[in-house]
Amino acid sequence: MCRVVDLQQAVLAKNDLGARRLREELAARGTIAVNLLSSPGSGKTALLEGELTAARERGVPVAALTADLATENDARRLARSGVPVKQVLTDGLCHLEAEMLAGQLDGWLPEGTRLLFVENVGNLVCPASYELGESLRVALASVTEGEDKPLKYPTAFGLANLVVVTKTDIAEAVGFDEAAFRANVQQVNPGVEVLLTSVRGGVGRGELLERALAVHAGEPVHVPVMARRPAQTPLHEHDHEHEHEHEHGHEHEHGHPHPALHL
Amino acid sequence: MHEMSIAMAVVGQVEEAARAAGATAVRSVLLQVGELAGVVPDALGFCFELACADTVLEGCELVTEAVPARARCGPCADEWLVGMPPELSCPVCGTVTAELLTGRELQIVSVRWEDDRVPAATPERTPQER
Ligand SMILES: [Zn+2]
Repeated sequence: MCRVVDLQQAVLAKNDLGARRLREELAARGTIAVNLLSSPGSGKTALLEGELTAARERGVPVAALTADLATENDARRLARSGVPVKQVLTDGLCHLEAEMLAGQLDGWLPEGTRLLFVENVGNLVCPASYELGESLRVALASVTEGEDKPLKYPTAFGLANLVVVTKTDIAEAVGFDEAAFRANVQQVNPGVEVLLTSVRGGVGRGELLERALAVHAGEPVHVPVMARRPAQTPLHEHDHEHEHEHEHGHEHEHGHPHPALHL
Repeated sequence: MHEMSIAMAVVGQVEEAARAAGATAVRSVLLQVGELAGVVPDALGFCFELACADTVLEGCELVTEAVPARARCGPCADEWLVGMPPELSCPVCGTVTAELLTGRELQIVSVRWEDDRVPAATPERTPQER
């Protein structure tokens, strides 16, 4: 017979669970992860190279994992900083998932690593949906990308704990309107800090490292409005299936609360 | 395009539930997609069809229910539809610590499937359609 069965499962529950486990695992090793999101060409690798070098100079144990659809160019660049670097090829997948990341760390992530920088696949849409067990999520945009980037990619910028602007040395040349950019960031993520950087101009070098270390030290991190949501049902709390047939016009009248809807 | 990953996650979860219940075919899946979930329903529908191939969901219909994003301000209790792109500061008092009530859902609500279970005492009813 044909029947309607309530499942009430969050589609990303499996990833969220994996992310939670990974965060705990990392915490047990004294490590926190920093998830970097940006579009291709935003200068993420150059920025990261500078931060990793700054970390090495200051004797802070860090490591970096860089994800790309193909090629190992980024890893080669980052390795110049002298810290442990690993390349992950996603074979065409547009984002990293928690389990993929977890699987990369065994036997590679050195003991005592304080910060693990994860350079996500260059793409502002897909990676935004997947938590990686990070303690700090950073959305990057270069001044060449336009002030409305946060409005075009509200999930990526709206879920960031910190926003970094890169290539500010050419801001004037490309007519970057900093005030407009800041206003757009605040619209989708009120209260988030915006950090201005320029690798070529030497602006803001080591500041991302500073913020990450503060989080590692237990300083409170900005929680975006979009992240302050009513909790969704975890995957395993639904083993007790509510099975029944519905009648027309009487859906959800069975006193079974809608976990994702509190209207 | 992560809609393929999302579609495969939906199919995987439904398949698991269907197998456990002894379902022989899954006819439809009702999915809530929040305005801020970062998923394009059309792209998802396309991927879903592909992901269903050769599974118990073969030919299954994906029904998506769009959930508008709503936020509430703590201090002034104002509630508003945040729109797209979202306005997440309180439009009344400007407070930046609003709470998002809805809009990030990506939730399998229910499925309609065939199984061989003996019908319950109640007469068979028409399953709901949306
Ligand atoms: Zn208010």
